[in-house]
Amino acid sequence: MSLALLTQVSHLARRSVLRTLRQPGVMVSAILFPLMFFAIIASGLDAATSIPGFPAGSYLDFAFAFPLVQASLFGAVTAGADLARDIESGFLDRLSLTPMRPVALLGGMLSGVVALGLIQGCVFLAVGLAAGVNVESGFPGMVLLVLLMVLVALGFGGLGAILALRTGSGEAVESSFPLFFVAIFLSSINLPRDLIEAGWFRVVATLNPVSYLVEGIRSLIITGWDLQALALGFGCAFGIIALALAGAVASLKVRMART
Amino acid sequence: MRGSFGGFFSVAFAVAWRQVYRFFTNPAFLTPALFPIFFFVAFAGGLSSVGQVPGFDFSAGYTAFQFVWSLLQAVALGGAFTGFSIAGDFESGFARRLLLAASERRGIILGYVLASLVRAGVTGTLVTVVALLAGMRPEGGVDLFGLVGLALLVNVAATLFGAGVAMLSRTQQAGPLIRTPIFLVLFLAPVFVPQQLLAGWISAVAAVNPFTFVLEAARGFVSGEPSGGAFAFAIGGTVVLLVPWVLFSLRRAEKAG
Repeated sequence: MSLALLTQVSHLARRSVLRTLRQPGVMVSAILFPLMFFAIIASGLDAATSIPGFPAGSYLDFAFAFPLVQASLFGAVTAGADLARDIESGFLDRLSLTPMRPVALLGGMLSGVVALGLIQGCVFLAVGLAAGVNVESGFPGMVLLVLLMVLVALGFGGLGAILALRTGSGEAVESSFPLFFVAIFLSSINLPRDLIEAGWFRVVATLNPVSYLVEGIRSLIITGWDLQALALGFGCAFGIIALALAGAVASLKVRMART
Repeated sequence: MRGSFGGFFSVAFAVAWRQVYRFFTNPAFLTPALFPIFFFVAFAGGLSSVGQVPGFDFSAGYTAFQFVWSLLQAVALGGAFTGFSIAGDFESGFARRLLLAASERRGIILGYVLASLVRAGVTGTLVTVVALLAGMRPEGGVDLFGLVGLALLVNVAATLFGAGVAMLSRTQQAGPLIRTPIFLVLFLAPVFVPQQLLAGWISAVAAVNPFTFVLEAARGFVSGEPSGGAFAFAIGGTVVLLVPWVLFSLRRAEKAG
């Protein structure tokens, strides 16, 4: 990466991060909504630990992957909507008249996603520990857990960017929220795959990459160091990032050609 | 005819007809059914082994257990979406013209409630069909009419609440103010397991959440073991308490012009 491009990315990253931090509504909902769902599901499903073969003694520990993954989803929608707003407001058009490279816009926007993911990860970890979540893998596991969450946020952020660039509409990006939500719930987020009775659901959860992201995060909390789960989790995260970034760059080229 | 009984109903039917026409000419009117169907599929499919938890004694099975919550969620969201629609009418200026033209303005509220009931009927039927296709076998027989009655009360309550907020705020930006309390009431109840299996803070909150009584009674109607139905209907009947709220909001909207 050339120095000029690095400077461009850093300027746009600063803009993206500041824009995210200056929207208290976004910050509050990105943090409160996942925590609220976590509190309700962790308490409401506590009886599930009585199912024979359930891998954790506390559903609080088991469910802790939920807010981390859900928060990444929020980040994707927020980032996508911000990028769509840049398109709607003509910022992208004006940018195309400057020597700034379009890919810097993407890099800058994704920096905002990473910053938001990092803040969310740290807040959730603090709240989780205060609520009694026990992370089996200890402090190094917590660091890895936040890292994996940030990678997931980056991957989902890339998907949000594709949507924004393809549609150029903030409303269209916002309306994609249920799709991300479906992807999360049709995974092993609420029960381990081997305890899912409905055969079709188990097949969908097995094919859904979100299951492996969840299981990677969860392994650090309830198992300790499960190398297979971690390899699958990080592998899926990097796979989603690679596909999402490739798709976003291609979409950006199409968008700039239109501009 | 201003202020007359006939004027009240003619305004109500006119508003209801317009709303129903708008629902059926816009596929988005099914949106309130999509979230409950999705939650139903995710919870009934993904959590079916929760039915094995010791003490879980719902005879109609976990699919029927989750269906009831999804149905009540669908009709409640139908009410919320009617609130969004009213807010949209204020933003577009239609509601102002309606207030000027209506001979009996309270009829407007009844009109929106009637339209919301039609909407709830369609979305509720959709959720029921999906549940039956998913293998739900209700055991309630004629008791199922009790479930329908409770669902209608929930819809009316959500509609009156949403209409009140919409008329007070007169902007679609009030959407979260309508949606969030309804979601909270729905989720702070025994969603995944019966009340007696809840533990911790959610158990304490669910115990005082009026929706819990409606939900548990509705589940009793589906399993053919009705209990607490009369109490649930009594709670549902307190929906009349929302009438002053929505009338107050209507007055505020009138004053705002």
